Amino acid sequence: MEITILIFLFGGLFLGWSLGANDAANVFGTAVGTRMVSFGSAAIICSVFVILGAIISGAGTTETLGKLGAINALPGAFAACVAAGISVYLMTKVGLPVSTTQAIVGAIVGWNLYTGSSTNIQVLITILATWILCPIIAGIIAMGLFTFTKRYILNRKLHILRLDAYTRTALLLAGAFGAYSLGANNIANVMGVFVPISPFTDINISNLFIFSSKEQLFLLGGLAIAVGVFTYSKKVMYTVGNDLLKMSPVAAFIVVVSHSIVLFLFASQGISAFLQSINLPSIPLVPVSSSQAVVGGVIGIGLLKGGKEVQWSIAGRISLGWVMLPIIAAIVSLIVLFVLENIFNLQVSF
Amino acid sequence: MFGLKSASLFGDTKKLEREIDEFVDIVSEVGLVFKSIVPTYLNHSANGKFEEMVEKVKEMESKADKITKDVEHTLYEETLIPDARSDVLRLLEHIDELIGMYQGNCYHFSIQKPNFPKEFHQDLIELTETVVNCVESLCLTVRSFFRDIKSVRDNAHKVTFYEKESDIKFSALARRIFDSELALDQKMHLRYFVEKIDRICDQAEDIADEVQIYAIKRSV
Repeated sequence: MEITILIFLFGGLFLGWSLGANDAANVFGTAVGTRMVSFGSAAIICSVFVILGAIISGAGTTETLGKLGAINALPGAFAACVAAGISVYLMTKVGLPVSTTQAIVGAIVGWNLYTGSSTNIQVLITILATWILCPIIAGIIAMGLFTFTKRYILNRKLHILRLDAYTRTALLLAGAFGAYSLGANNIANVMGVFVPISPFTDINISNLFIFSSKEQLFLLGGLAIAVGVFTYSKKVMYTVGNDLLKMSPVAAFIVVVSHSIVLFLFASQGISAFLQSINLPSIPLVPVSSSQAVVGGVIGIGLLKGGKEVQWSIAGRISLGWVMLPIIAAIVSLIVLFVLENIFNLQVSF
Repeated sequence: MFGLKSASLFGDTKKLEREIDEFVDIVSEVGLVFKSIVPTYLNHSANGKFEEMVEKVKEMESKADKITKDVEHTLYEETLIPDARSDVLRLLEHIDELIGMYQGNCYHFSIQKPNFPKEFHQDLIELTETVVNCVESLCLTVRSFFRDIKSVRDNAHKVTFYEKESDIKFSALARRIFDSELALDQKMHLRYFVEKIDRICDQAEDIADEVQIYAIKRSV
């Protein structure tokens, strides 16, 4: 493999790292923030399941991103990833929990604008609509689950210590599911733009199974996410766990489960096909924002408790960040593409 | 790795549950012993038995101390119930103080040997019974804090009820003592004992209030 290809891939790996640092914190943030799960356990489980989710179920959302704008040159893909990574980094610096999802979509639209390629408006509208729906669905799921769980716990009369042990186990399982869903749903953000121009070739392992070039890319992206989790997510986990709403460990569990269900729904080709087979509208396979899902879940529980405990000013700032991020990413993408083409003489599209 | 950790987590949990239950049992038992100690003391003919009972209270108090320390260590070493840990430990310490108050009363009876005239015996026994009932209700409140949070308020209400009863009985007895023909030094000596017994109820009520706040914090 040429060294330039590796350098370009680093754009995606950088984005993967920031996904691990930022979005992965959403999965275990509440568990670690409430000190129910140690950071070490969280980081190991998160990394393993993100990689599994990416390799096993990451194809669906990647297809949708490809439809939004098929970046057809490695430098272009590199520019999109770097632009998304920088945008996420900037927003993280300001302290807003944003997602690579919004950044990469903004960056792809930026590439479309720069290269004069058409943006598939239908796909863009679908993606934007899911971004609005995602926190709402997460909030509704969280409200339902919270009401049910609360009633169940009160009726079962569990000892405080037994409840604690069950909640810890549940948080680990929900975290594993969350990490899997995150990998499945968000790997498209990290490696999706490289799929059409993958530098890898399929590997046939002892005629047992084929490790496709796409899966190799996803494994690489998953590893980058894992590095992000280990190196930079600890602080973000504590922020996610404590800032928006002071949560009990049980509420923390509900938030992770709601988040995971939403991400899984928007990534599962199986569920989508099943809905279609029974003549129901299928769920679009779209990379949704894990931050939006978590914030939606937290606010859902806050509303159930009367809404007084929710820090609405923080929620407002977060929402503003969600609107700003794709725009910033598109602008940064334009700048990076301009620099690559005019200063480094690289061809950013064919 | 996680399987082993999880097994040890559930093992520690069961052990701690047993210890906390045992701790509350001790509070309840000390109360029952105390309820018999006062009439036994007043009946001078059974003084040997009285000392035996004081010794029993002392043993139970040491056992409660040991459990408190064990629970404290396990909760911190295993980082269990991080959100309620400090509340639980404070609660156990305050209940331990309550056992100490029972023990203190027994010692004072044993050392100072207050001379209660027969006319006050029945009132003193009734005051003691109310105090023990108050602590019994506190035990229920504490148990419900750990297992059945919905019942905390009802049980805590009973503690308040008995505390008020105890205040009424204390005031009536103190008034009768000071209205009597006894010498002032003896009146003050008897009042000291009556007040010390009544104070157990005050402590129980404070703990019940505390538990109610913890229960609100604990609501999922």
